[in-house]
Amino acid sequence: MDFRHFFNSKKISFIAIFAVFTTFSVAQTADSTSTAAASVSHETHGEEPYNATEVIMEHIGDAYDWHLWGDLSIPLPVILYTDKGFEFFLSSQFHHGEHDYQGKHYTYRLVDKKKIRVVGSNGAVDEEASKNVWDFSITKNVAAIFLSVFLLVWIFSSVARAYKKREGKAPKGFQSLIEPIILFVRDDIARPNIGHRYARFMPLLLTIFFFIWINNLLGLIPIFPGAANVTGNIAVTFVLAFIVLIVVNINGNKYYWKHILAPDVPWWLYPIMIPVELVGVISKPFALMIRLFANITAGHIIILSLISLIFVFKSLAIAPVSLAFVLFMNVLELLVGVLQAFIFTLLTALFIGMAVEEHH
Amino acid sequence: MNFDIGNPSYGLVFWTLIAFFLLLFLLKKFAWKPIMEAIGERERSIEDALASAEKAKEEMARLTNENEQLLKAARAERDIILKEAKELKDQLVADAKVQAQAEGAKLIEQARKEIDDQKKKALVEVKNQVSSLSLDIARKVLQKEFENEKQQETLVSDLLKDVKLN
Repeated sequence: MDFRHFFNSKKISFIAIFAVFTTFSVAQTADSTSTAAASVSHETHGEEPYNATEVIMEHIGDAYDWHLWGDLSIPLPVILYTDKGFEFFLSSQFHHGEHDYQGKHYTYRLVDKKKIRVVGSNGAVDEEASKNVWDFSITKNVAAIFLSVFLLVWIFSSVARAYKKREGKAPKGFQSLIEPIILFVRDDIARPNIGHRYARFMPLLLTIFFFIWINNLLGLIPIFPGAANVTGNIAVTFVLAFIVLIVVNINGNKYYWKHILAPDVPWWLYPIMIPVELVGVISKPFALMIRLFANITAGHIIILSLISLIFVFKSLAIAPVSLAFVLFMNVLELLVGVLQAFIFTLLTALFIGMAVEEHH
Repeated sequence: MNFDIGNPSYGLVFWTLIAFFLLLFLLKKFAWKPIMEAIGERERSIEDALASAEKAKEEMARLTNENEQLLKAARAERDIILKEAKELKDQLVADAKVQAQAEGAKLIEQARKEIDDQKKKALVEVKNQVSSLSLDIARKVLQKEFENEKQQETLVSDLLKDVKLN
């Protein structure tokens, strides 16, 4: 495959190199910091030991309610599909996992604030019955995704209205903020990588870019409308990568499939080459999934670890240092947020470009 | 450690899929299509405007060039006309001069002839006058001379005295 056109643009190659660099450094720091925090938390076995790992994992994980402050949180709907039918109730019925909820078909318990399990008649969790219960709850991440979908539709339909209202005129206001980004996606991501057939893929690329970006940004907000770790959740990045996988392979032309199934190598290498190429088909979107998940999660872990330092050391004196680092990390995360959206979109465009490329 | 991020929940996968496709559909219909069309339209119109500006510029240059050519031609023509006029004038002046000279010469010639004629006539007149006068005078002198005999004889004798017969 020919990557030259990708590196032709100095701007893009610079960003890409920078992105790879920050990715490694962020991931490394995240790793060391979280292990440090974990080890520290193990040592402080006081009356009420502060478990940084638990706090951090709770913050970056999903939840059945949207925590506001203190004991206050927004209850979210729980939707369960059981072998006896649907169950709808609010997560507040669990009272933060303190009470079981008697549903229409079963009694449910919130285990570790993470899982909903069926409680048997003896008062213990019935794992066998729980297997028949499918959890389609509107969790915090789902709610955050809905919020971002609403925001995106609102923002971009208003921008689209501005285009209709000011037809043929120069962009104005919010429109002029969005237009360069759209043009960037078109002229620096889609066109150089896909070629003249780029227009078909523009909606997907733009949607992926802005969806990832807005969720990255919302994830950085520590209070209600944000605080959900959407793009740092592997289920979400899995869906995005899966869509890329499907789009790339549906649009793959005969050259793409020939490259995979009948590569230009001596025939006796086929038993090695074809499996390798097939692994490549999967590994490309797989890398997309892991990259976005790891970057965003790492950023959240670092910030939360730095905050946790204050509680681990139980000292207000550490707060200025900690906050300085948090501020730095937040600014870096702003960059990483747009960078990861850019890289995901760029690589998607690159993979699509490889699949639709005509060979002469 | 309840690290369940690596254990994706199918519920989240399900809702993310639905939400993403809903987002893709809505944005495609209500945002990307009108926006991309509007941007494309504007780019085309800007390109057209630039092209027509370029064309106008070329047209302008062509017109200017043409004007210059015209001006140049007009100037050349004017020069030619002026030159011709000057030549004509010179010719006329020269012709007039020649003619005047010829005329003058002719007049002078005529005058001279007239003068000569008059002179001749006058001379003839004078001659006639002179001859008649001289005849008269001679007659009168002779008449006077022959009135006195003695004087005549003296004269003759004087004349004869001078004459020496050899």
